Parts: sequence; C-alpha cells; structure tokens
Amino acid sequence: MDIKVISAITPSPTPVMLDDRDTALVTEIQTGLPLSVTPYADVGRQVGMSEAEVIKRLERLLQQRVIKRLGVVVRHHELGYRANAMTVWNIPDEIVSELGSCIGRFEFVTLCYRRPRRLPDWPYNLFTMIHGRDRDEVLSNIQLLAQRCGLASIQYEILFSKRRFKQRGAIYTTSRVAPQAVRQG
Amino acid sequence: MHRQNNSIEERKNQLGWLERHLLNDFQHGLPLVPRPFAEIARQLGATEQQVIETLQELQTQGYVSRVGAVFRANSLGASTLAAMAVPEAQLESVAELVNGYREVNHNYQREHHFNLWFVATAEDDASLQRVLQEIEQLTGLTVLYLPMLEDYHIDLGFELQWT
Repeated sequence: MDIKVISAITPSPTPVMLDDRDTALVTEIQTGLPLSVTPYADVGRQVGMSEAEVIKRLERLLQQRVIKRLGVVVRHHELGYRANAMTVWNIPDEIVSELGSCIGRFEFVTLCYRRPRRLPDWPYNLFTMIHGRDRDEVLSNIQLLAQRCGLASIQYEILFSKRRFKQRGAIYTTSRVAPQAVRQG
Repeated sequence: MHRQNNSIEERKNQLGWLERHLLNDFQHGLPLVPRPFAEIARQLGATEQQVIETLQELQTQGYVSRVGAVFRANSLGASTLAAMAVPEAQLESVAELVNGYREVNHNYQREHHFNLWFVATAEDDASLQRVLQEIEQLTGLTVLYLPMLEDYHIDLGFELQWT
C-alpha cells in the first residue's frame, strides 16, 4: 500500500477578512469554473474584474486557505471508492489538536475536524472521513492511523455510509455581500 | 449490490489515459494562468480542446463534480454537520424532507443509532439555526448540531488507484 504523508502545516488561527470583491468572486465560482479556454477572464466578466485581478485574488485566497485547493473535484463513489467511513474519536481535549494534526496528514483521510461533544448522546469530538475501495481497505487504513498516531487507547466508532441521499457542492447565498470575518480554527 | 460494483469497476476501467491523468493529477494546483487548460494540455501532451472536452465529458458522466475551488468550512457563511436518530420506518420520508432544503448539500444514511447525517450551509448562523429548528419541528426528532471547531486536514485531493 502506498501511503503518502503530507508535511504538516499548522492551521492558521488568524481570522481572514474578505472584502466585497472577494465575496463576489467566491460567490461566482462556488459551483465551479467554466470549462472554457479562458475561465478566469470569463469569471471576471461576470463580476466586473480583469483576468489579472481574478488570478491575483485566487492566489491570495489560496494562500490564506479560504480556498483549500483549486482543481478537479472528483466524485469518489463514481470512481469505485464505494466505502466511505466517518470515523469518530473521543480524544481528551488537551491532546486533540496534536492527534488531529497527525491524522489530518494522511492522504486517505479526506476530512479531519474537531466538533463539540453532545453528552450524553454523543461523546466524540474528532471526526475523520476515510475513503476506500471497500470496507477492508478502510479498516486497514484506520488500523494504520491508530498505530502511527498513538490512538490505541482512544474510544472510537466507525460509521459506514449505507445510502447517499444527496451530494453536491455547497451553495452559499448571492444576496448579501457584506464584508465578513472568516473564522478559522 | 455485487452487480452494481462490477459495473462501476467496468465503467471505470474503460477510462482512458487522458481521463485518468485529468482525474488524478489536477485535484489541486489548477494553473493560475490565462489559459489553464492549455497548460494542463502541455503537461500531458494533449491539446487544449481535448482537455476541455474530456473534462466536460467526465462531468457529464458524473466522475467530476466540478473544476474549481474547495472552500474551507465556515470561510463563507455558516455550515455545520448535523445528525439525527430516525426510526427505520420514517427514514425515507425524513431523508426526503431534509433533501428538500437547498441549504443541505450532503445527506447520508450511516450505520449507527444516529443514522441520518447531513451538512447544511447558509449565509449566516441565524439562517442555519432556522433550518435545523424547522427540521426538528417538522419531524419531532432531535437534530445534533455539530459545527466544525477546528480543521486539521491538509486537502490536496485524493490519489486514485486504478487496479
């Protein structure tokens, strides 16, 4: 099995301010770039920006990690990655950042978020999404994570997906374009 | 189930060289140049028109959801993961009700007591809360509100394996 570990980048704690033009740009591209010869110029025409301004703003939004990546967004299920397990962990608060950062670097992990516990119903505070072609691949990836990140004594549950009722990119509103603080971390 | 798996594998194995490279190699780092697809074409030894047409086909076939940006959660508006424990007999109708909201972009059944999991996104926190409260009122079921507090993931896409 070929496992790539991506070098660690600490999530930035600084809030990012989006100005009106950022917001307009982001709203325009939220459902994807046009598949045209000059997509950035075409987006620019829609929002009243030059091609150069679109490119410059996208570069900055990537740097600020408002945009996590820019590229081809594939649908895993259609490509044979049928098993998709949300694995949830109950990690003591004082070590959750350290273990989360360890887990979040593995390539087969496609999401790694801290979320609140909802006691008594829900004790888990770290949520990871692990894709695989089948259950065995997902389970062996989870074993590998447990080994590499020292999770042996951590309580966890694996929630395999059974049915997909809906999947599409998020659609934000187009109505208001007030500048807003971006919460990170 | 088994048959469906085979047909996905069969369809996937019919993808050509260009398709595979477009799906795998450009999940991040789309060139920020005036003609990005020409740059991709240059790297892959294809023509710009082939790249654009192939991406369009992959999108039509459902392999590609879009070419564009993946935004950090909560960097625009407000979003959250939510979960419900739905009695089996009601699952279909509750899932349909949840699907009906344009704020809901993902909705999955999972193997757990909490069996319905969805992601909702709205322009602000108040609108988001309104959606969740309305779902609670309409179904009479509790919705677990599980917003992201910290993101530890470095998203560079996902390496596909073709074997």
